[in-house]
Amino acid sequence: MHKVYIYKRFERFWHWVQASLIMFLALTGFEVHGAFKIFGFEKAAEFHRTASWMLIGLIIFAIFWHLTTGEWRQYIPTTKQLKEQMLYYISGIFKGEHHPTERTGLSKLNPLQRIVYLGFKLVLVPITIFSGILYMLYKTFDQNNIIVIEDYPLASIAFWHTLGAILLMIFLVVHVYMTTTGKTPTSNIKAMITGYEEIEDDQEEDSAKNEPNKNIQ
Amino acid sequence: MLRNILLVIVVVIISLVMVNVLRQEDNYNLKLESLRHKYALKAVPSVNHSKLPALQRDFKTPQEVTEACLSCHTETHKEVMASSHWNWERVSYVEGRGISSAGKNNVMNNFCLGTNSNQQSCAKCHIGYGMSSSHFDYNNARNVDCMVCHDNSDEYLKGASMAGYPDRTVNLENVAQSVGSPKKSNCGSCHSFGGGGNNVKHGDLEVALNSCSREVDVHMGANGMNMECVACHTAENHNIIGKLYSVSSDNTNRATCEQCHTSTPHLSDVINRHGSRVSCQACHIPMYAKVNSTKMSWNWSDAGKLKDGKPYEEEDSLGNHDYMSIKGSFVWARNVKPDYIWFNGTADHYILGDTIKSVPVQMNTLNGSHSDRHSKIIPVKIHVGDQIYDKVYNRLVQPKLYGETEGDSAYWKDFKWDEAVAAGMKESGLLYSGQYGFVKTEMYWPVNHMVSPKGQAVSCAECHTRNNGRLAKLTGFYLPGRDQNKPLDFLGYWMFVLALIAVFGHAAIRISMNIAKNKFEKQIINYDEDKPAE
Repeated sequence: MHKVYIYKRFERFWHWVQASLIMFLALTGFEVHGAFKIFGFEKAAEFHRTASWMLIGLIIFAIFWHLTTGEWRQYIPTTKQLKEQMLYYISGIFKGEHHPTERTGLSKLNPLQRIVYLGFKLVLVPITIFSGILYMLYKTFDQNNIIVIEDYPLASIAFWHTLGAILLMIFLVVHVYMTTTGKTPTSNIKAMITGYEEIEDDQEEDSAKNEPNKNIQ
Repeated sequence: MLRNILLVIVVVIISLVMVNVLRQEDNYNLKLESLRHKYALKAVPSVNHSKLPALQRDFKTPQEVTEACLSCHTETHKEVMASSHWNWERVSYVEGRGISSAGKNNVMNNFCLGTNSNQQSCAKCHIGYGMSSSHFDYNNARNVDCMVCHDNSDEYLKGASMAGYPDRTVNLENVAQSVGSPKKSNCGSCHSFGGGGNNVKHGDLEVALNSCSREVDVHMGANGMNMECVACHTAENHNIIGKLYSVSSDNTNRATCEQCHTSTPHLSDVINRHGSRVSCQACHIPMYAKVNSTKMSWNWSDAGKLKDGKPYEEEDSLGNHDYMSIKGSFVWARNVKPDYIWFNGTADHYILGDTIKSVPVQMNTLNGSHSDRHSKIIPVKIHVGDQIYDKVYNRLVQPKLYGETEGDSAYWKDFKWDEAVAAGMKESGLLYSGQYGFVKTEMYWPVNHMVSPKGQAVSCAECHTRNNGRLAKLTGFYLPGRDQNKPLDFLGYWMFVLALIAVFGHAAIRISMNIAKNKFEKQIINYDEDKPAE
């Protein structure tokens, strides 16, 4: 076993702030949608707007970070080992097999993650954010007191925003669950907090490591 | 070290979020404050009429008072005689009807039905003297009643069924010497008593406003700004702004909240933005008829029951008449939540002689819809009822209700619909087939007064709510919090549940497989451990 520095400082900050903002937005957003009552409609809508601007700001920083550091290359999709990765989650994981792909600082995402996260960044989040901005600016006046977005039906804006929100929630459930599929159930979460992940060494080293145990016994 | 920096950043972010989230709205609205200061100063009259020589005399008739007024205000009668207060009609362009004149002379309502053939009684609310029939001379300036609007002594009183003449008890000299700018009690002497009693018609205009608290009306409240009607309903040359769509048709010369408060009165941009499709009144008048009850329904078909051959009256628990032989049965209500409709400022009316197009008959139609960009959501009182109509000509009829004596075919004396309708229609110059029935009617009264203090304004969630919100009946648009895309929500809900099931199922298999594997490993270990023991 050895420790590898995988998640950089900004990345971790971005991840956790985005996670909490998305969860807060979900809480307030679904209240605005009428699903439940926690803050009351007025407060929920107000909080939702505040948090949404914060998320937009954060995402602008994140896009800048991805572009300047070249980290965006992490998301270039690949079909290599994609099938193996899927098979691992479908059957291998139950048999105690090892992950078919290895995580390193240079390639921190497995092929399945690459595709899913790319979809998250290029489809899911843009749908939700753009529909959200239209929703927020619906019937805003410009300087000449003319309504900018008016007869564009709010129902369809709301449809896309709700669809994005629902898909985000499904993503959240699966994503959180997937973090438990690391070496130990909490090792992936720990890595996202500290930045370091314990990487399994290859098989020989692994068995060699077991040797001292036997000796002790 | 890194961890500490990260911690500091997260704490800063969280505190910033909380500061934003828990921030209280600054209550100091400068726009409102300057309006308060502006209207705190009450105008002081520049003339004391009690000192004028022309008014130091004993007036025999009210016309003599008018002549005295005109001796100084030499051209003012022209202004008054151009007003709808005098003419009881106003010419305007009505979609589908063309240029038409509408007003109390020809528009029907579902209260006391109409003025034709009943002028002797109805003219109590005409600013003239001697309107006893439809042959009133609208060109005689001597008959202009200046006092009903300008008496500041609270003594002036129009007589009951006296064709607009003052009550005989009024001391005309006193009244003439105490004229001034109209007060609430002047306007209210007619506008609070429409339909034959206090607050019968409007629901938001009644005698209690003359001296009420801020909770009843934030503008007129005696412990608030204590404003007069004319503070908002300003007038230029006796052309008073503001009108009611029970008789008016066009979208001009209206009194609006925005004329003082502007179209962006709130500190919150989101609430200001509502103003493009929601009227101020919709949120700021959560209830009407806050003090005394108003009539919500009036069924003329119940009229005419007699006890021992005599008409009688019955009262409900609040002391309001709920049955009168002469008028039928009523339902009254107090603290009423308004209904809400789309309205663009134009209206059509049921004009005497019109054919009934739909039932319930729309006594007035307030035009507007969500798709019309000039329409806003306004609060209305909807007054329902039934009233007499001609079955053959399929139109509402005008019965003669008021009469001096029995045998004059007036319904209120003789209780004979046939004769009353025949007389009323003859006076109106229309045919009557002789076959009458009763038909359901609806009339829309925009609610504009009894504005509540801002703390009592309708809250967001009263409309933005799934069920039974104030706007539940308004359809054709997407209202966040009320509306949803049902298939999407259904699908989304089950997809979410499926994801949870899948995740927990996956976890369960992993755990059980793990346990099985551990047992297996343990057995091996046990076997290993046992080995040396053997």
